[in-house]
Amino acid sequence: MRWIWIDRFLNFERGKSARAIKKLSLAEEYFEQHLPGYPIMPACFILEGLAQTGGILVGEANDFKEKVVLAKITSARFHKEAVAGETLLYDVELLTLRPEGASIVGKVFSIPPGSDEPNADPLAEAEIFFAHLDKSRSQQLFGDHNFVFSGELKHLLGLAKASAQRTDG
Amino acid sequence: MPNQEEIYQKVSATLVEALNVEEEEIKPTSTLQGDLGAESIDFLDIVFRLEREFGIKIPRNELFPESIFQGDPEFVQNGKVTPKGLDELRQKMPFADIAKFEQNPELTAIGDLFTVEMITKYIEGKLGAKV
Repeated sequence: MRWIWIDRFLNFERGKSARAIKKLSLAEEYFEQHLPGYPIMPACFILEGLAQTGGILVGEANDFKEKVVLAKITSARFHKEAVAGETLLYDVELLTLRPEGASIVGKVFSIPPGSDEPNADPLAEAEIFFAHLDKSRSQQLFGDHNFVFSGELKHLLGLAKASAQRTDG
Repeated sequence: MPNQEEIYQKVSATLVEALNVEEEEIKPTSTLQGDLGAESIDFLDIVFRLEREFGIKIPRNELFPESIFQGDPEFVQNGKVTPKGLDELRQKMPFADIAKFEQNPELTAIGDLFTVEMITKYIEGKLGAKV
């Protein structure tokens, strides 16, 4: 299973905020088992999408030079289920960015099928804390290679830019 | 400028959020690790929150020094902090209750220096608040 839980960035303001989108298709594997006959997205995957949106916001702020790892979910609240056919909007704001790490606060809104407008009340909200892996120690363990932003996660931002150009052009 | 009680209340509220503990569990003498269950990553989270809450900058290793002694035998011998090590602590952490630690300066108990009261005193010093 691909471990990318956002489809595309809609907004990205360096070092400040980001908005990403995720469409929920019944074809996705997890719906088959969670739950049989009542397909809802597992809450931990919703959180992962929020963490990926926030993690890229944090990583980009330092030009992806830091290894940004999820260190702690300080708080998480789930108000509603996310059902196949819906679209999720991940809104993330950077609270703190320091050499040692960063924290973000995020809200997830759902757009019901057939609607362009997200529901006013968030489906979930969380505060997430990221650590920058200690440079000297992580270099010993992993070398210079940044395994966090190695491929697809970083590529997502490029995808957003490319699609924006396509729309403009 | 907030007084000591106001600072304590805000520190306490910060710890409730960062450590997911009940406010009633927090006392001035509570140790962050032993009593309130803080783990290493929580210390960084607490620093971030205190900075936001009080509008201050907390340089790395100032409030929660990571390794004061760095294995220096002048500071630690046979698992105990030496008088020179205690002087180093007083210098690096003037806001901590070293007098209590001094009675039995086991290195393993050094985490007990990190109390709610210690954070409150540190913030007081930062804000220049008068007791």
